[in-house]
Amino acid sequence: MSEPAIGVLALQGDVDEHVRALERSGARAFPVKTRASLAASDALVVPGGESTTVIRLLDRFELGDPIVERVRGGMPFWGTCMGMIVAARDVAGMDQKTLGLLDISVRRNAFGRQIASEEVELHIEALGTPAFPAVFIRAPWIESAGPGVEILASHRGHGVFVRQGRVLGTSFHPELTADDRVHRYFVGMVNAARSG
Amino acid sequence: MGHTGTTTVKRGLAQMLKGGVIMDVVTPEQASVAQEAGAVAVMALERIPADIRADGGVARMSDLGLVQRIMDAVTIPVMAKARIGHLAEAQCLEALGVDYIDESEVLTPADDKYHIDKHKFSVPFVCGARDIGEALRRISEGAAMIRSKGEAGSGNIVEAVRHMRAIRGAIAELHALPEEELVARARDIGASLDLVRDVARDASLPVVLFCAGGVSTPADAALMMQLGAEGIFVGSGIFKAAAIYRNGKPEYDDNGFPKVDPEIALRYARAIVAATTHFEDPKAVVEASKSLGGAKPMYGIDVRQLDESQLLSTRGN
Repeated sequence: MSEPAIGVLALQGDVDEHVRALERSGARAFPVKTRASLAASDALVVPGGESTTVIRLLDRFELGDPIVERVRGGMPFWGTCMGMIVAARDVAGMDQKTLGLLDISVRRNAFGRQIASEEVELHIEALGTPAFPAVFIRAPWIESAGPGVEILASHRGHGVFVRQGRVLGTSFHPELTADDRVHRYFVGMVNAARSG
Repeated sequence: MGHTGTTTVKRGLAQMLKGGVIMDVVTPEQASVAQEAGAVAVMALERIPADIRADGGVARMSDLGLVQRIMDAVTIPVMAKARIGHLAEAQCLEALGVDYIDESEVLTPADDKYHIDKHKFSVPFVCGARDIGEALRRISEGAAMIRSKGEAGSGNIVEAVRHMRAIRGAIAELHALPEEELVARARDIGASLDLVRDVARDASLPVVLFCAGGVSTPADAALMMQLGAEGIFVGSGIFKAAAIYRNGKPEYDDNGFPKVDPEIALRYARAIVAATTHFEDPKAVVEASKSLGGAKPMYGIDVRQLDESQLLSTRGN
């Protein structure tokens, strides 16, 4: 099978870091700013960034609905930090629009402001040993999740890594580390979706 | 159980801001306009650079009560400026909980020799630079993000272009140099050899590089992104364009802040965000520029006409 083509939403955020990690993990990766480049993607990653900003830009550049349509049609999706907020059903305690791709309620800046941003050795059963070097930056946590959502890792008593079918969400930033296990996990999901 | 204040999390927040626009704001109302327009962060300061330039006097850290109100008004990160070398201002901003500190030449320097030892802080710092040596010296002191200095409050992009080209050009040159020339080059530019080697190997700075100082139109933002900026700071460009004048003089509100038209500010800010996102697509920049609806950019000044004492970019080195 050829390498999957994975788009990284590039309205704003740490796009290059994801592109490089995906390319190290057996995918062809490129930035997505338009509906045309979205259409050329087998899967989409929404990177770290500012959710308040990207939600507005998705609306302004008319990319939100096409993404929802593709994911409902089975396109694999992974959101990191901002990307997970954008994908959530709702944002706890805030009137913030989201795409509703993951049946979770997220709390923004749940661990605190930048001063509370931290690096943590996170145990993730699905990735085996050693522990994963998780980087949390003004990170959200999962306040509540629907029955179809599998919690793959928790930190400080809250889910920070979830999967629902072909949709993945992480509160932390695997793209900021040299450990590509989450990227390889996602590329594996994308390949499974293509052959299934 | 976790490690806070690490180099990775400090530099990491700047990585999350890439491709975005950070807007100078003086009041919570301006911060809300910036957020609504799609800013990725706001920068709290006492006066926008054009007003600092016009008013003269000593420019300091913002009133901390006002910074708190700005933090309460928005959900995006809040940055705030401290004077060069003023470690106590920086300590106050860290204790208040701001997300980033700009040790900035736009404010009046508190120390004419030394910058703050930024390694001592958990909060990350951004600093201005005109060339690669200055950028690497700030990184050695602990800066987690670099911006061009440009000439703040001038409404003139020429200095930002000069600084961005100098930094990008030097990075490309270091990458091409034979290994044995790096020691002499590090000495010449006044930077640590370790950092010079990192830059030569990676063909990039170890931190995010934004543009600042003189961006006042959507096309200015698109220009700087094409010259290799990873994002844009807009200081006076938005709220000066939206300033309300009577008989050629700026009007002030009851709190002494210059009055701005929030509709024009929103339109202006949105246009600069759109041009930054789609900087490589001239049609998108045209759309953004048209959306200004005839609102005029701030008045610009010819930097060559300024005296040495009026230049902000030469403060700190």
